[in-house]
Amino acid sequence: MVANFGYGTLVVTLLVALYGAGAAIYGGRKNSQPWIESARLAMLLTWPLLTVTALCMIYLLVTGHYELAFVSSVTSNSMPTYLRITSLWGGQAGSLVFWSWLMSAFASAVTLRKWDRDREFLPWVIVVALITLSFFLILILFYENPFDRLWQTPAGDVRTAMFAPAGAFLLNQADGRGLNPLLRHPGMIIHPPMLYLGFVSFVIPFAFAIAALITGRTDDRWIRITRRWTLVAWLFLSLGLILGARWAYDVLGWGGYWGWDPVEIAAFMPWLTGTAFLHSVMIQEKRGMGKPWNMVLIIMTYALVIIGTFLTRSGLLSSVHAFAQSAIGPLFFGFIGLTLITSVALLLWRWESLKSNTQMTSLFSREALFLLNNLLFISIFIVCFWGVFFPIISELITNQRITVGPPFYQRATAPLFAGLLLLMGIAPLSAWGKSTARTLGRAIWKPFLFSLVVIVLALVAGIRNPAALLGFWLCGLVAAVTLYEFWRGTLARHRKSDESLPLALWRLAGRNRRRYGGYIVHLGVVLMAIGIIGSQLFQTQTQGTIPQGGTLKLDNYTLTYKSLDNWNTPDGRNVARATVSVSKNGQYLGDLHPRRDYYYESQQPMTIPGVRSTWEDDFYVLLVDWQPVSADGATFKIYHNPLINWLWFGGIIFILGIMIAAWPDKDPETVSERVRRQAYSPLKA
Amino acid sequence: MEQATPLPSSSTTRLKFIIGGALIIAAVVYLIVTSTKASAQYFLTIDELKAKGNTVLGRDIRVSGAVIGDTIQYDSQTLTLSFDVAHVPGDNKEIDAQGGLGAVLHAAVIDPNRAHLHVIYTGVKPDLLRNEAQAIMTGKMGQDGVFHADELLLKCPTKYEQAVPSQVVK
Repeated sequence: MVANFGYGTLVVTLLVALYGAGAAIYGGRKNSQPWIESARLAMLLTWPLLTVTALCMIYLLVTGHYELAFVSSVTSNSMPTYLRITSLWGGQAGSLVFWSWLMSAFASAVTLRKWDRDREFLPWVIVVALITLSFFLILILFYENPFDRLWQTPAGDVRTAMFAPAGAFLLNQADGRGLNPLLRHPGMIIHPPMLYLGFVSFVIPFAFAIAALITGRTDDRWIRITRRWTLVAWLFLSLGLILGARWAYDVLGWGGYWGWDPVEIAAFMPWLTGTAFLHSVMIQEKRGMGKPWNMVLIIMTYALVIIGTFLTRSGLLSSVHAFAQSAIGPLFFGFIGLTLITSVALLLWRWESLKSNTQMTSLFSREALFLLNNLLFISIFIVCFWGVFFPIISELITNQRITVGPPFYQRATAPLFAGLLLLMGIAPLSAWGKSTARTLGRAIWKPFLFSLVVIVLALVAGIRNPAALLGFWLCGLVAAVTLYEFWRGTLARHRKSDESLPLALWRLAGRNRRRYGGYIVHLGVVLMAIGIIGSQLFQTQTQGTIPQGGTLKLDNYTLTYKSLDNWNTPDGRNVARATVSVSKNGQYLGDLHPRRDYYYESQQPMTIPGVRSTWEDDFYVLLVDWQPVSADGATFKIYHNPLINWLWFGGIIFILGIMIAAWPDKDPETVSERVRRQAYSPLKA
Repeated sequence: MEQATPLPSSSTTRLKFIIGGALIIAAVVYLIVTSTKASAQYFLTIDELKAKGNTVLGRDIRVSGAVIGDTIQYDSQTLTLSFDVAHVPGDNKEIDAQGGLGAVLHAAVIDPNRAHLHVIYTGVKPDLLRNEAQAIMTGKMGQDGVFHADELLLKCPTKYEQAVPSQVVK
């Protein structure tokens, strides 16, 4: 009953979305306000409708309607309610519903903004948003229906269908199979929604870009409108990536956080082009250059968002994440192809009006360095794209599937990331327009001297690895330049307006939130880079089987196996928990409890590491195996991950920086009012 | 908005930009090509691997197969893991035609006539290694006909996602 109702609202939503897209096209072409208004209302309606669908889904999940194929595949009686709710995005069909629901929420939010100045964009923004939404609704209804039931046919086999096949009975199951234990982790509960939020919010700037192309209003108005949307999209996408890394570190038990898995890369690619876009829009805003390039970047980002959703949801790539082999591949490719062709055609049609008469004049100007930044981001993107699709390309050409692994990505992207760090150190000191090597040299020498101190310190600390020295030096340079920028600005304010230093710093950052938020993001990147360099280049590991009281040594650390407890839990697990003590240079630090949970219903063990985290390093212990009866031995694997917590801390700073940059301004009207007053103030003249 | 004044030497500036851009693009192409060469691995099915015989000795290979549960042996003293995998087709279309990955893996394990490959891996036993899991192994073929895996990837959440319907028999 509830399933039929949910299915019914999905059908209605699709009809509403298709009607809205049609009405918006008609209204946009005929410039008919009633039609556009009708389309706007249709778009507003999709969100409550999909909310009903999602609530139906959640109701079915929570109440355990195991006759539904999706419900029985992701929930079970032993799962607590919050996990049953979040299992909505634990499988393919449900996560597509979730995707669409988020998409409609964003689309509805857009329609509620003030449109008075940008009336002509409205119909085309609606068209893009609703066509995207319709595509996903069609996927759900015809290919991945979460309301499909399981039917027992007279022939004795089980079929999955929405409505009863001839003579079949509903298969009543007492319990479901439950969510994969690996996915029952706080990181995994928040990570997909964040990623999806990032994905869907990039649809909005794309919709405005297309609207700008169609209406011919190709100035930077669309960029100014969508600036905050882009930052929000970037915020969620970054957060999703960081949480995913954290989940991998906590749950997958290989002591790492990023494996260059195709599905990770699928989420990383739109982030790369999106980051390039965030930087390059500034060239257009300040210098009126790079209009076509910004269009290209946002079109690419949109296509990559769709590809990212698809790659994680198809069997195209062999990957631990790729949920299922399913029939939706051709449909996805068709849709991506169609949107790409349409967007590029529109772009070529408006090419003349996008041309700029300004030219780059100096290799060291801010815009030239931003261009270089874009080149590097796009290069990293190309490396990723090549790595992901090379197996498929090679198979098409040579009939031989050749894959590339993590070493490929590490080797090819490391110099590019280093280049980005270097740019991050130089670019903030350059000026728009004209900037020469000399002016830049004058600005940079102080931070440069400071960064040399970092190298000396690293050498004193005993680091001899050239890659690490280079990396730490670059981190030092960026940190010095960024902090120097804060200092210069604060000092100037302090001298000019007599504000105390902390107040001057506060006001400085408050008045130029995008700029100083961006610098905080840069500082976050530096901290993350330190963590990545430390854990990638200096990670050590060992493993061994030891009796009770036995020890394992790794670097300065000693692990002693004390005891093991083993019990069954009410929610269907068998828990084996070891107690080990950790000491460093002979000094006792504390006990750790690496665990191994065995889920009876899914017959799957899950390894939960015992970790001791400090600023200096992580001591990460896995319980690999244990002898149940004699209790005389257990096998441990230990990782020593230096500096890894800088990565997580840097991640938090990174996100904070984006939040500062994206924080809503006070009423924009009053700001422009103030600017106007200042402009006409007699004192200024 | 201020307009940049065109410098007298604007054509040399433009040349500088073109040369700079070309250098960077060349560097990136070089990086991609050399890195691909350095880390390319053949992705083979077990049948293909057997057919290649000695020509693949010592080369990095990726091979996929269905894990046969009864053959899994783990020595936790030496952390040596060994198991057999059975041939599964590599082509997605073929897999779909045979009823999806779950069915293909099941069929591969129970079919005694399939080509088998013995695999040895040293390290922690992965949680997902069990009967009818799909194992994707990276490593080298030894003289002894045993595959020495450096890396073991097990396809997992897949199992939860779809496999049930055709197999649930009350």
